Amino acid sequence: MKRSLLLEPCCTRCTHSPGTPCADLIACLAQGPICHDDPRCSSLRAERLALVRRGGQGTVLFVGAGTCGRANGALHIVEAIDSFARERALALDVVEVGCLGYCQREVFVDVQLGDGPRLSYCDLRPDNIREFLETVFDRGELRNRFLFGRHEEAASTGPVAGDVAGDVAGAAPVAGDACPAASATGAAAVYDAFADIPLLAETPFFRRQTRVVLANCGLVDPSSLDAALAAGGFAAAARALTALTPEEVCDLVSTSGLRGRGGAGFPTGEKWKIALRTPAAQKFLICNADEGDPGAFMDRAILEGDPFRVIEGMLIAAYATGASKGYIYCRAEYPLALARLKEAIAQCRAAGLLGRNILGSLVDFDITIKQGAGAFVCGEETAILASIEGGRGMPRPRPPYPAVAGLHGKPTVLNNVETLANVPGILHHGPEWFRGLGLGEAAGTKVFALSGQVRNTGLVEVPVGIPLREVVYDIGGGPVEGHCIKAVQIGGPSGGCVPDALLDVPIDYGTLQQLGAMMGSGGLVVMDERSCMVDVAKYFMDFIRSESCGKCTPCREGTTRMYEILSAVTERPVGDELRRLERFRGILHLEELAETIRDTSLCGLGRSAANPVLSTLRYFRDEYEAHIIEDRCPAGVCQGLREYAIDPALCIGCGFCLDTCPSMAIVGKRRKLHYIIVDRCLGCGACTEVCPKQAITAVA
Amino acid sequence: MSSVQELLAEQSDRSPEQLIPLLQEIQRREGYVSPAAMVELAGALEMPVARVYGVATFYNQFRFAPLGKHLIEVCRGTACHVKQSLTLLQHLQRKLKLRPDGNSADGRFTVLTVACLGTCSIAPAIKLDGEFYGELTAERLDALLEAVARADEDAEVGEL
Repeated sequence: MKRSLLLEPCCTRCTHSPGTPCADLIACLAQGPICHDDPRCSSLRAERLALVRRGGQGTVLFVGAGTCGRANGALHIVEAIDSFARERALALDVVEVGCLGYCQREVFVDVQLGDGPRLSYCDLRPDNIREFLETVFDRGELRNRFLFGRHEEAASTGPVAGDVAGDVAGAAPVAGDACPAASATGAAAVYDAFADIPLLAETPFFRRQTRVVLANCGLVDPSSLDAALAAGGFAAAARALTALTPEEVCDLVSTSGLRGRGGAGFPTGEKWKIALRTPAAQKFLICNADEGDPGAFMDRAILEGDPFRVIEGMLIAAYATGASKGYIYCRAEYPLALARLKEAIAQCRAAGLLGRNILGSLVDFDITIKQGAGAFVCGEETAILASIEGGRGMPRPRPPYPAVAGLHGKPTVLNNVETLANVPGILHHGPEWFRGLGLGEAAGTKVFALSGQVRNTGLVEVPVGIPLREVVYDIGGGPVEGHCIKAVQIGGPSGGCVPDALLDVPIDYGTLQQLGAMMGSGGLVVMDERSCMVDVAKYFMDFIRSESCGKCTPCREGTTRMYEILSAVTERPVGDELRRLERFRGILHLEELAETIRDTSLCGLGRSAANPVLSTLRYFRDEYEAHIIEDRCPAGVCQGLREYAIDPALCIGCGFCLDTCPSMAIVGKRRKLHYIIVDRCLGCGACTEVCPKQAITAVA
Repeated sequence: MSSVQELLAEQSDRSPEQLIPLLQEIQRREGYVSPAAMVELAGALEMPVARVYGVATFYNQFRFAPLGKHLIEVCRGTACHVKQSLTLLQHLQRKLKLRPDGNSADGRFTVLTVACLGTCSIAPAIKLDGEFYGELTAERLDALLEAVARADEDAEVGEL
């Protein structure tokens, strides 16, 4: 475990330790020492802070090594940099950071040289990292083809990394304003020399973003408490614990208008108040990091890139509600996030930021990590409780709400990762600042995971209330070359598909619900004309059907029936007329069935299960009709409706296709022409892969 | 002493809350959760075997049969679905001659699907022996499988 340099006592007069906690511990970092006056101690502290902010002594390389960066070879890049440094005997410090969010251009490597700005390079892979290092360090060419932009001065030497986007959006400076802007004057001249390189915040991908929750992601070392502290971490928690009452904290969060970012959108402050007002000897706080929505990865990126922000949010929430024990319920599919959390929690404990009598405030709070075991329904709050208690993750009827009777019957507050990550900012800058971040009535920002058939994929943080079109076209760069966007799926299996024509609506809780979608946890999957909307509806129904916990009948039986109907629609009605009739009848039932499931299911999973079907029926009825009436999939996706034919001029009768076909739909004698029996064909296309003459093609 | 007994000897907490973590630890050590392990665990935690079995089968994470030498987890998230992950899965099923339980005929590979790996930005993605690979096509997948096969051969030669 890394030891904290910043929290080392400056001299013998400094006596704080986890055993003898000090209320001024965090304030001391930037303004200290507070308990005694000694210029030597002040300068020692300033030096330490500057060093931590810079990332290291000499040349520092920051490698974006989140899970997505690692999939693109980030760890091989780290190795390559290490061996390059050894060969050239260069003193290079390598810092692994989280994901910057622009996954399309991974791997990102930032170079911090001398007093100059921190420069960001992208599109690096294990096969070109050598070339990059030689260009930068052997030939000294900082402006090369990998250059992406430069970080704002603040990111390297100023008060806080991440001010960047905050300033662009006209927001007040983030955290740590009291810190001296170290060596700013001396560096000014050096910075002018790089003025031609665009600022990161001015690049198209980042220009429209307001990065508050993601402010540190990709910039600050997520495995170092020091780095988090230097970026203003725990200042808000320290203020809450030492200067505010729990009621005041709840009120601040209430007035800020923060709503749960996990999907349901319940006002966070109100939830806390309920728990605070329920008398109990023991209360719990649970951070819901069971991000089961397919198509969403915001929580993973936050936990990998800035775990300390989440822990700080939890500490504040625990204080505000009176909880003394916290759990982080995190998916087992996120090994890196789990590792980062473990490390962060251990460092916080060693520093006295978790444990007993935190900062001398008599507040006790500690966090246990619980690994999820891969059940989507465990994102539902009462199901999480059952899972933590060691049972099957099945929801139970509410009320009583968990805030009144939750884990082991005790008052329990459940908040999503992103919700908790928003809390420190609200306490630091005030509720008005947070309200001002959103557009119109909405408050704050929301992180979205942009993926699918769009030019720029990645993680974007935008004001709540921004039009969906801006996110998809301006930040996402619009459709992939030569295609056009058909719809955007928002909110995962509980959400719906918004057609391209309606993308001008603002993203907020109410508007999306009117469209039959919901904000959900923040997955945005862009689909173009190559996607079949019936297939998408079937895909989600298949998902819900297998994830339904089976406790209540409407969800368990209803979703299976809906899946069967959709399956029939996407397959060729072969044989008797009854099947054809069933397809017609099924579609008539679909809407009725959907409404019954929505009205009578026990939990949110069932109640929103029909959304993908209802929204596609609403906006893409023509596609359903093409499937049912014409037996045709306009996008050519549905395998069951695909038709293949063998070109008689090319077939040599080798028999490869006949041997491969899983449904024995191909007939023909050796060295004679082969034929496909359409009624037997499953449309899998296996025959096309083995045909040596490419004689088998799909019929348009 | 069986490995479950070893594990239970290390772990003093016998509250029902420990059931899922213990099952996870058994799977981490053994690769799967065997019926015998579930019976032993039920005894140690003083709960009916049915409860242990019920919990274990409720969650997707737990497997009840040994794995092949290499584990491939194919992501079936929305973004991957839109980018043809089903085609990748079917390609694997044909190429590795997978049986319905996901094991290849030669026992070298196990192919499982997961709801979402959370790496949607590099869809379609798979996890091969714990490493993530993104932006895959059938060709890149073939190259990956060949690399695995080569590494295996080298290892076998090394052993001889």
